[in-house]
Amino acid sequence: MIPEIGHFLLWIALGVSLLLATVPLIGAGRQRTEWMAYARPSVFALFGLVSVAFLCLVASFVRHDFSVLYVASNSNSALPVEYRIAGVWGGHEGSLLLWVEMLCLWMVAVAMFSKHLPQQVLARILAVMGMISVGFLLFMLITSNPFDRLFPVPVDGRDLNPLLQDPGMVTHPPMLYMGYVGFSVAFAFAIAALIGGNLDATWARWTRPWTTVAWLFLTIGIALGSSWAYYELGWGGWWFWDPVENASLMPWLLGTALIHSLAVTEKRNSFKSWTVLLAILAFSFSLLGTFLVRSGVLSSVHAFATDPRRGLFILGFLTVVIGSSFALYAWRAPTVGLGARFALISKETALLANNVLFLVAAAAVLLGTLYPLFLDALGMGKISVGPPYFDAIFLPLMVPVVFLMGVGPVAKWKQAALPDITVRLRWAALAAVLAAMLAGIAAGELHLGATCGLVMAFWIVASIAEDLWTRVGSKSSSVNDVVSRARQLPRAWVGMMVAHAGVAAFCFGVAMVRNYEVEKDVQMAVGDSTSLKGYTFIFKGTRELQGPNYSALQGVVDVSDGSTTQVMHPEKRIYRVQQNPMTEAAIDAGVTRDLYVSLGEQLDSGAWIIRIYVKPFINWIWFGCMLMAAGGLIAATDRRYRRAGKNERSGMEAT
Amino acid sequence: MKTRHKRIVIAAGVLICLGGAAALVLNAFQSNLVFFFTPTQVQAQEAPSGRTFRLGGLVVAGSVKRNGVDVNFAVTDTMHTIPVRYTGILPDLFKEGKGVVAQGQFSGGVFEAKEVLAKHDENYMPPEAADALKKAASAKAGASTNVNPETK
Repeated sequence: MIPEIGHFLLWIALGVSLLLATVPLIGAGRQRTEWMAYARPSVFALFGLVSVAFLCLVASFVRHDFSVLYVASNSNSALPVEYRIAGVWGGHEGSLLLWVEMLCLWMVAVAMFSKHLPQQVLARILAVMGMISVGFLLFMLITSNPFDRLFPVPVDGRDLNPLLQDPGMVTHPPMLYMGYVGFSVAFAFAIAALIGGNLDATWARWTRPWTTVAWLFLTIGIALGSSWAYYELGWGGWWFWDPVENASLMPWLLGTALIHSLAVTEKRNSFKSWTVLLAILAFSFSLLGTFLVRSGVLSSVHAFATDPRRGLFILGFLTVVIGSSFALYAWRAPTVGLGARFALISKETALLANNVLFLVAAAAVLLGTLYPLFLDALGMGKISVGPPYFDAIFLPLMVPVVFLMGVGPVAKWKQAALPDITVRLRWAALAAVLAAMLAGIAAGELHLGATCGLVMAFWIVASIAEDLWTRVGSKSSSVNDVVSRARQLPRAWVGMMVAHAGVAAFCFGVAMVRNYEVEKDVQMAVGDSTSLKGYTFIFKGTRELQGPNYSALQGVVDVSDGSTTQVMHPEKRIYRVQQNPMTEAAIDAGVTRDLYVSLGEQLDSGAWIIRIYVKPFINWIWFGCMLMAAGGLIAATDRRYRRAGKNERSGMEAT
Repeated sequence: MKTRHKRIVIAAGVLICLGGAAALVLNAFQSNLVFFFTPTQVQAQEAPSGRTFRLGGLVVAGSVKRNGVDVNFAVTDTMHTIPVRYTGILPDLFKEGKGVVAQGQFSGGVFEAKEVLAKHDENYMPPEAADALKKAASAKAGASTNVNPETK
């Protein structure tokens, strides 16, 4: 009964979202208040319907209802309850439901926190989001209903993919989707502004916090996915330039560009058409990401679906969304006008360069991801584009981005003086180079790649320190003075600095891991020992272990750094239902290094092939991402977004 | 500088940046494409020597020989077989008789693999490997329709 309720609710939700997509929009065009007033209640209704449907699917999983095809394909009676819940988004149909659920969540948030928006604008925004939900609900109901029944009912389910049975996989998809779907808000704001023709600094101020929050979720989602790949795939990499990863990176790059260009639009009223274009692009790439991962066109871990109807539907949907928004853009954008002028040397130019670089990076990732698919589809042979390509383009593109990250914040709006910037940053540059060389020497040897990466990291830190000093320290006479000045720093500025510091931590981690990690594949019989970077690893043998739904061979490896000894337990698991072998690495995580041990194969002699890594500072990569997200959160809660809301409301009441 | 000139300079700057970036991207793309070849193509010396490419097919049953961290095995598309040498740990789903894709270079009659890929699903065949088998099968079918009348 529960699945039928869920299915039925989805149909009603489709009806509600059809109304939401049309009535308020027409009302906004004809200035009919009662039609526009329809938007908010129907958003709440939609949220309620979809949430209950979502809970129905969760209930089916928890209750082991294997008469539901999707549950039978993605769960098993031995599966622990947390993975049964995560199983809801472990496959294609459920992920779509999660997508729509997230969309409803964002709609409710917009409806609740945007009371200060003019009714017309709010009605248009919610209607645009309603259109998106129509598309996704239709897609789900026509091609991928998660509540489809299975007859005859199987005795047990086929189990969740063992790779997904992991805490990281419980949280990674919801975070990623919050980010993907969050860009629909910026998109809806942009479309609403294009329809209304009122694209100005106020519009940018409304859009900014939403975009920043979506971006921070996407950042967390990507970081979680990357750390999952690191410890769960078992072989020590943290980013593979896999098409699925690229699909999430492209919207992130465009979202980052959008955040920066929104700043210009809000502060200087420039780049308006460009900002709108970026908002459309960022969401289009989120849709493209969904398409790439969900249609089965990729031969990758995550590509669940193999039904061509689905691919066609998403492709059609994508064409309609992107095509119509570009058409609207072409028709309306010229009316939004050019912004304020700016000089060649100015913050605007720095941010423009940032935007161009991020756009090029996204385009390069797109080329590397889609070109093999195109060739294959056209029957022109199979090729692959691997990490060397992406490495070759990313480093040269990101070096100027990081350079600008130091220059941009200290440059003045409208017109900046080059000598002024040089004077302010020359110590930062010198300090960065010195610190990078010292760090290189401390790490063992100096080489070009590492030093380059480290200079980038320290350059950001040094330029932040300089800016902070100028704003807080240089004019203060006492400690109290410093504290009071620091308290007065705007949150938006603090958020930006924290996020930039996150980039520095990320660069530092990447530079250290790429250049100073050591790796060893070694054959070890019981009692053998090997040493790597000052650590001694002794293989003590393996023992059998029974998990809830798998059996494992657990290796026992003693690791000593000379003074202390600890035991690590890498595992080789066989999940009973799907009979897939899985390598579970043992990781001893630390601030300055990770020790990473995984079991390879057992030889006929009984010895094992074991892989050992010492990875310096790898956790800084994800720590950096978390800092970026924290910076986003700080910036999004800046007081002026709230104050702006109040002022406008009181202003409107007065008129 | 006049405003118009400024705009021209900015536009030119952006264009130069874009042009440089495009050149960088396309150059990196050109030199890092990895092509795919079947054992039959490698046998026929269609694969480039001295360049990395991918080889796909089935792991020949009984061909896997381990010697410490070094391993030798053979990849076939049922028509031809190519010996492969690899150092390191094979992926979990690497099995005799199953599909595999190896990336590396062909030299001296042996494919020196830098990377061995097998996918994360029992029934899943890497598309390249499936492609190799299909080509070989259709070549065989073509040959057998030609041969059959003569034998009769």
